[in-house]
Amino acid sequence: MAAYIAKRLLAAIPVLFGLSIIVFLIMAMIPGDPATAILGSYATPENVARLNADLGLDKSLPQQYLIWLGNLLQGDLGRSYALNRPVLDEVLERFSATLILAGTALVLCSILGLLAGVISAVRQYGLADKLITVLVLIGISTPSFWLGLLLILAFAVKIRLFPASGMYAIYGGGDLPDLLHHLFLPALTLAVVATGVIARLTRTAMLEVLRQDYIRTARAKGLTERRVIYRHAFKAALVSVIPVIGIQAGFVLGGAVYIETVFQWPGIGSMLVNAISTRDLLLVQGGVLVVAATYVLFNLAADVVQTILDPRLR
Amino acid sequence: MSDTAAPAMPARKKRGGGRPSALRLLLNNTLATTGLLVLVLIILIALAAPFLPLPDPDVTAPADRLLRPLADGHLLGTDALGRDILSRLIWGARVSLAVGISATLIAAFFGSLIGLVAGYAGGRVDALLMRGIDMVMAFPYILLALAIVAALGPGLLNALYAIAVVNIPFFARNIRGITIGLSRREFVDAARLSGKSNARILFGEVLPNVLPIIIITMSTTIGWMILETAGLSFLGLGAQPPQADLGSMLGDGRKILFTAPHVSIIPGLMIFVLVMSINLFGDGVRDVLDPRLKSGALTRPVARTAVERARVPERQPHKDNVLDVVDLNTQFHIGSSVYRAVGGVDLHLKQGECLGIVGESGSGKSVTAMSLMGLVPTPPGRITGGAAWLEGEDLFAVSDERIRQLRGADVSHVFQDPLSTLHPLFTVGDQLTEAIMAHRPIKRSDADKRAEELLRLVRITNPTERLKVYPHELSGGMRQRICIAMALANDAKIIIADEPTTALDVTVQAQILSLLDTLRRESNAAILFITHDFGVVSAVCDRVAVMYAGRIVETGRTQDVLENPAHPYTGKLIDCVPVLGQPERRLDAIEGRPPVVDNLPAGCAFADRCPRAQADCRAGEITLSPFGEDRAVRCLHPLERGAAHA
Ligand code: SF4
Repeated sequence: MAAYIAKRLLAAIPVLFGLSIIVFLIMAMIPGDPATAILGSYATPENVARLNADLGLDKSLPQQYLIWLGNLLQGDLGRSYALNRPVLDEVLERFSATLILAGTALVLCSILGLLAGVISAVRQYGLADKLITVLVLIGISTPSFWLGLLLILAFAVKIRLFPASGMYAIYGGGDLPDLLHHLFLPALTLAVVATGVIARLTRTAMLEVLRQDYIRTARAKGLTERRVIYRHAFKAALVSVIPVIGIQAGFVLGGAVYIETVFQWPGIGSMLVNAISTRDLLLVQGGVLVVAATYVLFNLAADVVQTILDPRLR
Repeated sequence: MSDTAAPAMPARKKRGGGRPSALRLLLNNTLATTGLLVLVLIILIALAAPFLPLPDPDVTAPADRLLRPLADGHLLGTDALGRDILSRLIWGARVSLAVGISATLIAAFFGSLIGLVAGYAGGRVDALLMRGIDMVMAFPYILLALAIVAALGPGLLNALYAIAVVNIPFFARNIRGITIGLSRREFVDAARLSGKSNARILFGEVLPNVLPIIIITMSTTIGWMILETAGLSFLGLGAQPPQADLGSMLGDGRKILFTAPHVSIIPGLMIFVLVMSINLFGDGVRDVLDPRLKSGALTRPVARTAVERARVPERQPHKDNVLDVVDLNTQFHIGSSVYRAVGGVDLHLKQGECLGIVGESGSGKSVTAMSLMGLVPTPPGRITGGAAWLEGEDLFAVSDERIRQLRGADVSHVFQDPLSTLHPLFTVGDQLTEAIMAHRPIKRSDADKRAEELLRLVRITNPTERLKVYPHELSGGMRQRICIAMALANDAKIIIADEPTTALDVTVQAQILSLLDTLRRESNAAILFITHDFGVVSAVCDRVAVMYAGRIVETGRTQDVLENPAHPYTGKLIDCVPVLGQPERRLDAIEGRPPVVDNLPAGCAFADRCPRAQADCRAGEITLSPFGEDRAVRCLHPLERGAAHA
């Protein structure tokens, strides 16, 4: 098992490498003089000259990449001129907030999605199945940013149950209950679409598994139907749903951009939107890179969990 | 987001055939039809926007700002600048639709191109292209779009490009999969041999067959793309004023959410309705095209076969028999057709006896056996008549819980392919102890001991270690021994063995057969042995029943039947047994195929394949009539003694 995890970690390195190339190339695509674009209104002649030297912008593209990668490996993602602080510091600070939000949403959508999918499959064509199918359809068709606004109107304005924005109360907050209080609405909103997708796939996976020979065997052994479904069928279905949950991590991390904007959550998503508006391109680059790398790790974790569940993959 | 497993499409669609029924199926689906209607309506209104009597969407009227819906002259009210929301909504929907459709077309074009080339070229080109696609997919979807917008600068066109680019991988992957399959087909080889250029083959031969998949992928991604472009506009990175799409309207309205919620809620609702209608329609299309739904492969079988007996036999069971089956009828209801899988079968088993049920696949022998403990999947199966008494207890009348108690205890099963019948994710030990503990209240450690004993009983060495392995780590013969051990776990009175040796190779077959035979003598369990192979019957069965088209056509003591088959079909089956040193006498030697059981001929079902058939054979029902001692046959012109091996 440890050997397998090590192998998977090694295999992730070229992917991370590829990510860095794509991120670098996207920034190299910027039309016009990059130093001026990056610096924007801070483009004093001295700053331009310094940036050109730092990034090697007068050199060829591969050389620029190597310089950039070298800096990256030393933890230097450049400097945000708008915020006047190193990109890495800002990104890491913001990122912890995003991780709390996206992590909660991911746990939420996994639990709810699996539950709904299993119920839907077990009660196929029954009332619960129809209800869940319709809810799932509504869920995956709803713009999450709009849903966020609706929830704010309902639960923060009409019934004052949850706060409308932020991560902590401005006065007297800062502890865990306060965090959870602020977390509830945005995490729920962020989880909706992924819940729908997971529920759908769980339903299909369960239905496929329930047709398998080993389910007949389980029944022929005289196991209770509950055990057949929740132990034998569910475990097999879970193996095929786990990678989907890994992929949903990407949608949740990405979707956080909207939700953080709607709920003014101080995460990396709202940071990115601001940074794009202010053309703080190095900050965008750093933020994208860190989130993308996290996504790779999420997928890696999904792989490992799948291998733990399925001995045939070892 | 596209979670559609691309359904296998038939190569080259047939003109006409199949199409209308697919369309009808789609229209039968109320949800899909509703989706289609709403979508068409929105598109028509959006197209007609310039001709509708709407106020100019961009004319501001500070005096009329933030009117609520249903205000005079402004059905949906006005926004912060006094602009008419209804008008802006329709014009905005126009922009959103145009952007969504364009993004879909761009993604479909480039994605399909990459998929086609990668799938067709294979090798290095494929590896390189797909590695690139994997890289793009390694990004969280929206984030990549953000990065692209960041580089190109905010704007509707740039948002469109960004969304198109991040969707390319979905198309590339789906199309590549199908193309790989198609490139190996004969018609592509034929085109290659006829000297056509690669480009002409790819676009002339392969593309038309891939087109349906491209369309399905488009229908499942377009809603998503509209949603995402709206999202970028909402963030202020898409449409820039004065241009407005639904997303930017929503984004503008957000700033006055608390004072005038309608300004943001209405465009959001519009996005939702639009995307929902597309998804409803797309789901309908997918359902119609998904072969798994059509074949019923995605319906859940319930725990026990449905019993809907039209008639219950009056005859009572014989007290010497462990199992007594009278007039068993089992049907499959698929769509509007009814397949009579088992049409009136009588069987009985005494303690310690082995009865073989022989027949080709489709003869109803397995369905007969699986009906007893309710293991025929419902849907589509149902037991429609007859009775099966296990020591006087009617198995079709007892409660579900009673059936559960009997399964694996009094009556246990051994199935055909031990690789698919053992659960791949549990250890052998888990599966064995579970079988034991389902029927007796013992501790796990005691169950473990019992499991070890069972493994020893089926002649498995190192039982302690074997309990810890997973099924895929064992050989086929070893796996079947495990299954047999499981069947013995609770001292079964009857073991139903459904082709237990068919999936094994010949030497292993012989070992398993002799093991079963020994164990039955030791435990005194009766065996119902299902097989297509008379050779196997002769090795283990005391009596045999030959089935054809859901009925028993001959039954008797194994020796008698083997030496002097009376039914022509039995004779043929015996001829199929390979004889050592005579490899030309091989199975599958019976000409013709068994009849389709939803359309049985009148009279003898075997008549079409029978060399002895005469006019009276097709005239009417033929009964299973006594034929010597302990013997019965369903044939008007049975074989004479010794005629079979002529
Ligand atoms: S009844 Fe006639 S057709 Fe049928 S098996 Fe006998 S001889 Fe052949």
